[in-house]
Amino acid sequence: MKISGAQAIVKSLEYLGVKDVFGIPGGATLPLYDALADSKIINHYLMRHEQCAAHAADGYARASGKIGVCMATSGPGATNLVTGIANAYMDSIPIVAFTGQVPTHVIGTDAFQEADITGITLPIVKHSYLVTDATDIPQIVAEAFYIASTGRPGPVLIDIPRDIQQQFIDYHLIEKVTLPGYKPTIKGHARQIKESAKLILESKRPVLLIGGGIITSGASEEVFKLATTHRLPVTWTLMGKGGFPENHELSMGMIGMHGTKTSNMAVQNCDLLIGAGVRFDDRATGNVARFAPHASIIHIDIDPAEVSKIVKASVPIVGDARTILKALNEYLSEFEPKANHEGWLSQIKKWKKNYALRVPRDKILKPQLLVHTLKKMTAGMEIIVTTGVGQNQMWAAQYFNMEKPRHFISSGGLGTMGFGLPSAIGAQVAKPDALVIDIDGDGSFQMVLQDLATIACYNLPVKIVIINNRYLGMVRQWQQLFYKGKYFAVDLEKGTPDFEELGRAYGIRAKSVKEYSQLEKSISEMLSHEGPFILDVHVEKEENVFPMVPAGAALDEIIGGEAK
Amino acid sequence: MKHTISVYVENKPGVLARIAGLFRRRGFNIHSLSVAPTENAAYSHMTIVVDLEDKPLEQVVKQLHKLINVIKIHDYLPEEVVERELALIKVNASSEVRAEVIEIANIFRAKIIDVSRNYLTLEVTGTEDKISAIIALLKPYGIKDLVRTGKVAVARGQATE
Ligand SMILES: Cc1ncc(C[n+]2csc(CCOP(=O)(O)OP(=O)(O)O)c2C)c(N)n1
Ligand SMILES: [Mg+2]
Repeated sequence: MKISGAQAIVKSLEYLGVKDVFGIPGGATLPLYDALADSKIINHYLMRHEQCAAHAADGYARASGKIGVCMATSGPGATNLVTGIANAYMDSIPIVAFTGQVPTHVIGTDAFQEADITGITLPIVKHSYLVTDATDIPQIVAEAFYIASTGRPGPVLIDIPRDIQQQFIDYHLIEKVTLPGYKPTIKGHARQIKESAKLILESKRPVLLIGGGIITSGASEEVFKLATTHRLPVTWTLMGKGGFPENHELSMGMIGMHGTKTSNMAVQNCDLLIGAGVRFDDRATGNVARFAPHASIIHIDIDPAEVSKIVKASVPIVGDARTILKALNEYLSEFEPKANHEGWLSQIKKWKKNYALRVPRDKILKPQLLVHTLKKMTAGMEIIVTTGVGQNQMWAAQYFNMEKPRHFISSGGLGTMGFGLPSAIGAQVAKPDALVIDIDGDGSFQMVLQDLATIACYNLPVKIVIINNRYLGMVRQWQQLFYKGKYFAVDLEKGTPDFEELGRAYGIRAKSVKEYSQLEKSISEMLSHEGPFILDVHVEKEENVFPMVPAGAALDEIIGGEAK
Repeated sequence: MKHTISVYVENKPGVLARIAGLFRRRGFNIHSLSVAPTENAAYSHMTIVVDLEDKPLEQVVKQLHKLINVIKIHDYLPEEVVERELALIKVNASSEVRAEVIEIANIFRAKIIDVSRNYLTLEVTGTEDKISAIIALLKPYGIKDLVRTGKVAVARGQATE
């Protein structure tokens, strides 16, 4: 029986186990949507902006470990996806984006709603396809899913001209994909693993640094085993948050620009740094030339191009982090753990005591206190936190402790304002029973608030907590600290809508909090409300994020962080 | 420093754009690039000469490897490859200087492939240095047109055995 290219796409998606897709239709995807309408398996979530469709697919992937799927029409629909695709690319998140394209015979003529989306996205995709024959669809979709989710994951784009969606073909299943030029390394080199084991056993001041690769590969248990057996103090990048339980005595907190002073001091003073699933981003390393100056570095990553790209590794191990750490743990089990670094651990304990992140106790609405209270009141619940970008994101990272992977969802590499709300939508769709909280900034939230409609429409019980400082706060902080306090283009006081009224307009329960005395009560109200909720918290306007490593400084040249 | 890399790619649309885009985005300089079909119709071969100022060759090769359509890469040290370039040079050769130009062509084993009243067109193959040398010698006579192919390279016998 012959089916259309559009039906072949839907059939392929069903075969690959896709249950949910996020998108907005248009002229060039009419055939695709016609086929999608007939699917009994796939739910389509109609978004209000394609950027949000891509971020929702991204949040879905991060929360579930599955592939996120988004769809857009040709031209403006496709270009609206670009930020979302770039975001997934920078954080190595597996999404597959489908775009409609003008019919093949008019490609290249500047036809109505034509945009060269495969060209535009070339530098921000792991791979992409322009389909020129519908017969190839099953193969291309299978390849796209395979490429997006294996090795170092990333976004794959499939651009399908409208006539190709309408072309009839004989459908055939693709069971196995083999690509001549694509064979990710999974197993680590045995000699390198032995070499690492030796360094770990000999080290007097070890630090284990974990990143997004630990979350992606599901390596948390191996990390836990390695750290606890050999008493390795653990720090993480923003992307690695949740890879190791934060309340553990070996936890030191986040590294980097707004990391803890303990983590940053530990990295600068360690003699062995085990970087697992990390890429040594500049926000994490500070001044690279003076990063971890006394350390031998073991670098575990699946992407060979990351090894020694920024920081020269003494022992590089290319492969899947979980597979490598498992092998390392197995090999190490033959040796008595030496853990001959009690002095180092007590030094770290001292730092942790002196440099603990401070929660302001003065009962005024400080953002840190808000996040701290939110964490306290949700202790023990299955919570997924997403964030905006800016101060709100850093406070969420600093004060909302996480015990498990895939529960903290934040835009790391691209730092995309507006990521919080749509990624919360995706996470909630992926995990209907989880309590999803978007800890957002007033500025970030306003970049995507049209998608409150999506939340209302599907009655997704997402809780949106706006850290409302009436500022583009992080930019204001930099102007204050590094531009002599000359505030320019950062004031959101004028023009920002009343978020209670806004919620009402969308039929979403909303509450503004202006006094500390109302905070706990309002949080309880939010938590006990079954549907979506906007909690708009007017915090101290000019609060800054500390500690802070100024741009260009080494990690130990950190400002703030001392307990008072 | 210039390095020659030999890259086998899938013969698919857009592959050249992916490679060129990668070089641009990562700040690698392409000195020359030549693309041609191979004995297998599914693959093409590229000879890329990269100009490495401060980026390590290792990064170039690793980043290229990440492209799904790239099958195989060899990077060669200069002594490991035999390399050739071809140039077509149209040079002023009016009667007073024609004999001199022909003499230069002979020294470089260049072929004369077109003749007109005032011009000779020479075809010369050789290493980059040789091509540059003949160009330098012909320059004073007035070069009207010059086209170089960029380098193609193949590993020496030993390097592949
Ligand atoms: C799309 C986008 N535009 C601009 C920026 C630059 N930027 C970084 S943080 C920030 C301020 C964010 O304001 P808000 O969401 O209110 O968060 P706050 O820092 O106040 O908590 C800006 C403008 C960005 N990261 N992303
Ligand atoms: Mg703000």
